[in-house]
Amino acid sequence: MKQFEYVRPASVAEAVAAAARPGAAYLAAGTNLLDLMKGGVSRPDRLVDITHLDGLDRIERLADGSLRIGALVSNADLAHDAEFARCYPAVAEALLSGASAQLRNAATVGGNLLQRTRCAYFYDTASRCNKREAGSGCDARGGENRTHAVLGWSESCIATHPSDFCVPLVALDAIVEIEGRAGRREIALDDLHRLPGETPARETALEPGDLIVAVRLPPAAREFAAHARYLKVRERTSYAFAVVSAAAALRIENGRIRDVRLALGGVAARPWRARAAEDLLKGATPAKDVFREAARRALADAKPSGDNAFKIELARRIVVRALTLAAAGTPARIPALPASPLASTSGAIHA
Amino acid sequence: MPELNLTSAPAHLRHGSNIGQPLTRRDGVLKVKGQATYAADNHPPGMLFAVMAVSSIARGRVTSLDIAAAKRHPGVVDVMTPDHKPPLAVDPEVKTNPFVFRMEVLQSNEVRYANQPIAVVIAETLEAATEGAVLLAPRYEALPALVGLDAGESYVPPVVGVGNPTENHRGDVEAGLASAEKQIDATYETPPQYHNAMEPHAIVAHWDGDHLSIDMPTQGLMLSLARIAELFGIAHDKIHIRSPFLGGGFGSKGLMAGPPTLGIMAAKLVGKPVKLVLRREQMFGPVGHRAPTRQRLRIGADGEGRLTAIDHHARTVSSTFDDFYEPAADASHTLYAAPAIRTSHDAVRVNTGTPLFMRAPGEATGSLALESAIDEMAWACGLDPLAFRLKNYAEVEPITGRPFSSKALRACYEQGAARFGWAQRVREPRQMRDDAGLLVGWGMGTATFPALMFQAEARAVIRRDGSGAMEIGAHDMGQGAWTALAQIAADAVGLDIDRVDFKAGTSDLPDAGIAGGSAHTATAGAAIHSAGAAVIAKLADLATGDERSPLFGAGNAGVIARDGKLIRRDDASRSESYADILSRAGLVEVEARGTGAPNPAAMQDYAMHAHGAVFAEVKVDPELGQVRVARMVGAFAAGRIVNPHLVRSQLYGGMIWGLSFALHEEAITDRRSGRIMNANLAEYHIPVNADVPPLDVITVEEHDPHVNALGIKGVGEIGITGSAGAVANAVWHATGVRVRRFPIKIEELLTDL
Repeated sequence: MKQFEYVRPASVAEAVAAAARPGAAYLAAGTNLLDLMKGGVSRPDRLVDITHLDGLDRIERLADGSLRIGALVSNADLAHDAEFARCYPAVAEALLSGASAQLRNAATVGGNLLQRTRCAYFYDTASRCNKREAGSGCDARGGENRTHAVLGWSESCIATHPSDFCVPLVALDAIVEIEGRAGRREIALDDLHRLPGETPARETALEPGDLIVAVRLPPAAREFAAHARYLKVRERTSYAFAVVSAAAALRIENGRIRDVRLALGGVAARPWRARAAEDLLKGATPAKDVFREAARRALADAKPSGDNAFKIELARRIVVRALTLAAAGTPARIPALPASPLASTSGAIHA
Repeated sequence: MPELNLTSAPAHLRHGSNIGQPLTRRDGVLKVKGQATYAADNHPPGMLFAVMAVSSIARGRVTSLDIAAAKRHPGVVDVMTPDHKPPLAVDPEVKTNPFVFRMEVLQSNEVRYANQPIAVVIAETLEAATEGAVLLAPRYEALPALVGLDAGESYVPPVVGVGNPTENHRGDVEAGLASAEKQIDATYETPPQYHNAMEPHAIVAHWDGDHLSIDMPTQGLMLSLARIAELFGIAHDKIHIRSPFLGGGFGSKGLMAGPPTLGIMAAKLVGKPVKLVLRREQMFGPVGHRAPTRQRLRIGADGEGRLTAIDHHARTVSSTFDDFYEPAADASHTLYAAPAIRTSHDAVRVNTGTPLFMRAPGEATGSLALESAIDEMAWACGLDPLAFRLKNYAEVEPITGRPFSSKALRACYEQGAARFGWAQRVREPRQMRDDAGLLVGWGMGTATFPALMFQAEARAVIRRDGSGAMEIGAHDMGQGAWTALAQIAADAVGLDIDRVDFKAGTSDLPDAGIAGGSAHTATAGAAIHSAGAAVIAKLADLATGDERSPLFGAGNAGVIARDGKLIRRDDASRSESYADILSRAGLVEVEARGTGAPNPAAMQDYAMHAHGAVFAEVKVDPELGQVRVARMVGAFAAGRIVNPHLVRSQLYGGMIWGLSFALHEEAITDRRSGRIMNANLAEYHIPVNADVPPLDVITVEEHDPHVNALGIKGVGEIGITGSAGAVANAVWHATGVRVRRFPIKIEELLTDL
């Protein structure tokens, strides 16, 4: 491996200072970064290990009804926090549908947000990739791209963001707390990930040194607990990234949809909030027809970036199903095969 | 290598026959404790680490390597390249026998496939060697890569598999098709697959003068040894290979490949022990794979559903520089009683490493196409798939007309179908749903694999203390050879298993042949059986010819060996212990050798195959297309079962691979560059636990007097065959969509697009 400097700052301020230098990268669990380094995809000069920083591994209920999740909380700890799973069931289900139990035990909340695309051409250093090396070209275009983006892609890049966790978080208006050289600021998670445009190497709104210290769910996010699901179609039952996924959350009062949140995963360079579909659903009576129309709207701008036209129709169907499942009500227990369309299959023990 | 401390738990202490007992694996405790030493666990003093730099282009040549940059990196000791390497005694391009495959060991700067080794960096640490390989920053002159089943002009290879004729026929296929009332003409595609054993290829090589000491997983100790001796120009007795455990092989560790050869060269270059372990992505190239196939099946049947003809043509690929052809169409030789059968193959050359044996080579790919086509034909004839198969049950081997040495397939069908509940199946597709609304489908497939035998030798010893030893250079790939062969050994010398010192896994022991072709237990077992019989015969001579022995004069009646004693066959009250016989004779021990080999006369007279029937239930989301196998039942008849516990595990593994074949596994090759884009275990999908349903294996009793002395047919590969077809047929039955391109993908099942 390339030799690199390893620093372990004692405070967030030290961390930010250490990571602001060019060539530095934050190291949390490293479930993605270390693979990237072993493959020569990322070659940082300096790793700033934040795993020993105090205070970043807490789940806190704030006075206003928000929930604040420290960036170092592990995916497993968050998903298995009973209070969290009760209040934000779609988020817990998404977390449990991702990766494997071993990876979830290690992977962190902040790291999940910043995981890199699974585009094979990004990982293959012999291929051209505008994300890995700005201006080099995109070999995914015209290549093996049946799982690539159908929304928000550009000629420069057709990669998708692979996170499950981010999909319901974006739906629920999660906020990202960032510590940077100019102090603390916060942005909507929906604004964290950028679409590729002409500059796919610029993946997020983060500046050098910026450290995500927490993710916050606003008070309204709890109001969907009774009708919230995450649904993920994948090519094996577990340990696979989504071909397409969707988070649907409804607030139903007197048989009508008072409020709704809908987001798609695996379709774009960022978790895809479907606001036009949400607008259509607000005030409607939950039913297949209106769900179908919402799905049509959610994918209205979709176009294939390669051999992946099927993903558009699949995404429509997943939207309909996710809304249908959400309308039916959050199950009392997260299924043994979380987020799987086959969750009801008998004999399923775990995923 | 320190002595292995294999389990002798109470469960293994038994009297009487060992064959047939479900002993747990004797190497299990070592493995659970992390004490089983795999090749890469060896760290001799002074050992250096070697890392291969591999080509990122699929065709062309290397024009430059920045050797200086690599050598400047701290810890890098040397860089082996075509210009700087120890000489080989023979040109590795020369094929001295059919089991020699060409390998890339830095003989030129030509690149023939992506991931081909182009240099080896040797360093004091793995990290330094790894970075040194990156710093080489190779430059290339690239040529357009040949990719896929239509890469170029096709040709008819001289042979397929290991010396099988490219074309076979019996009867008049065209007439059979012309006379048929029902016909199908369907084309199926299977993708390239890579073995991906959990343990990658690895070697620790150490030269001491002209002595070469090697730790390396191999399925063929003596074949590897012979190839190494030839390549390095040293005598066989100067080489010692240790391979006590393999973390899987599946055919990719059968023959000496390029990367371990590079490890030996690197050790020679630097004069120190060297370890070379492949990275996962480096497994996708220089160590073999299963070639893709495109198979066309034309099948005819009469108005009663009796087959009139099967025409099975397979297109496959080989590398641009060597020849191995997946004998896919040969799967149609043995199963169905068509009066006319024709099988044929053609191929194109592509820029890949040379394809090779991969678990059930030919049978796995061919059976998936054949079983799919048979299912389509049953539907076309309006018959239940099992009824159709029974109607066309082959009483003699269809392609040759020879009788079977044994064939309990009918019992497999019956027992498997009964356990599965097949009789409840609705014939029309897309008729069954579960409570959750998921589509449910039931499918079946017939399993078959030839019962092969190779050559092996074993040495048996009986010692004065009444204990025994059995020595054979056999290979435990994880399948349980340490246990199953020891069971055979114990019976062969008439001792309890804990009284027999069973030695295997090193090249200084008698040649056990290759652990391949599902023939290792049969071949090594036959050698052990015959060595045991020979050593017992020597003991018996000592006893029956000595008037002081209670067995004196029993020579004509004979003796049997049991519990450490020879017992007069016609009078069980007269016996003498091994210890007494040897001490009276003043001998420390008595030893004998025995061999196992195929019986040419029996092979001429009989077709020898294991059989099975696999039944699968799948569930499919009707709108989203995701598939999950809900349960599988496999009933297999494979002659004598030495250890039912291990055999069941072997069959489970095969069935899971069949499921994987139908639904998951595929190497995705960039059509432009020829690079494999999913050369890692996150994206090269094999089933995870959550994909594997409850599996039910039935071993059907079968007595075969012809295959070999022990009646063993082998179970290493048959589990894949039949299983992939059963899953694919179940997907059709669930959805009404016949997918002919594997693995079956979600988009194929999104109907009404």
